[in-house]
Amino acid sequence: MSFYRGMTCENVTIKGDKGTPITAYVARPAGPGPFPGVVLIHHLPGWSELYIETTRRFAHHGYLAICANLYEREGGGSDGNPDDVAAKVRAEGGIADSQMVGDTEAAVKWMRAQPDCNGKVGLIGSCSGGRHAFIYACQKHDVDAVVEQWGGGVVMAASELNDKKPKAPIDMTAGLSCPLLGIFGNDDRAPSPEQVNQHEAELKKQGKTYEFHRYDGAGHGFFYWHRPLYRAEQCMDAWGKIWAFFGKHLAK
Amino acid sequence: MCTSIIEVVRAEGMAKRGDQWFPLSQTVVAYDHARHAPLGDVITLDFVNGELGAGARAGVELTLETAKELRAALDRAIAAADYEEAEVRGKGGVPRLVRAA
Repeated sequence: MSFYRGMTCENVTIKGDKGTPITAYVARPAGPGPFPGVVLIHHLPGWSELYIETTRRFAHHGYLAICANLYEREGGGSDGNPDDVAAKVRAEGGIADSQMVGDTEAAVKWMRAQPDCNGKVGLIGSCSGGRHAFIYACQKHDVDAVVEQWGGGVVMAASELNDKKPKAPIDMTAGLSCPLLGIFGNDDRAPSPEQVNQHEAELKKQGKTYEFHRYDGAGHGFFYWHRPLYRAEQCMDAWGKIWAFFGKHLAK
Repeated sequence: MCTSIIEVVRAEGMAKRGDQWFPLSQTVVAYDHARHAPLGDVITLDFVNGELGAGARAGVELTLETAKELRAALDRAIAAADYEEAEVRGKGGVPRLVRAA
């Protein structure tokens, strides 16, 4: 194999929550495998190019990766402009946590059914996707490691709960079923450093396996290379943490 | 920042996207991280019509400071428009200024 691994990418259809078909982008490393699997949960800006690119990044590093379009129902199909679809979802107060769990479960099942997956599956998400990744790992017991990047709304006031978000994720901590890597910027306001402290205190209280990394000089979304929020040094250090974490927990 | 700062109000009128005008049903006002403007957190305005699909949207991202300037300009223009309406229709205008439309 050459230093830079090839890959093939395609859109697949999976049966999401309640059997609804949704589209997912798959990046498969070249070679026979077996490969560890990574399921990506996109952020509030939607099934965006950044997430498609990040899916390929995982394949580039030897992971079989999939990222489902959690907003497909809201956008009139897989060909909807992700930016417009995300604006619609924002106006509607986001998607239901239960729908996200159903869709993500479909992506995890798809991964586990692949003959070139090594049987280990990691989960990663940022922003709302970080919150979603944590929720999923607390409710379902079929992932081997989870990375939460600045999940806003893990800590929620009672007044923030609604039909779509009926329970604060922090109150699900007891159910966390796998090691957690948390990555946060200390200049972020959602989650604020105080909320990250609360999140960590609950993990400690419940005796969970976790590691949190908090970066000075970084706020929300400091991985987003196309945004002014990008912080190269902190981002690349955190990528190193992700590769080490998944390398440890998804190896077979 | 992942905010839940959002306001949705009824809208009557039309907006332009590309070469096409479309009728509006709602305006969505939010404060969140910018999707396109090379800025951090912004006030976003989405003029939309959900019945026409997600693509029926004219979106704007503004700094907080210029959003306040827009609000002030809207207030001034609306106050002047209310005065014009009152004057023409004779509803609430200063009596000496009221005349038959």
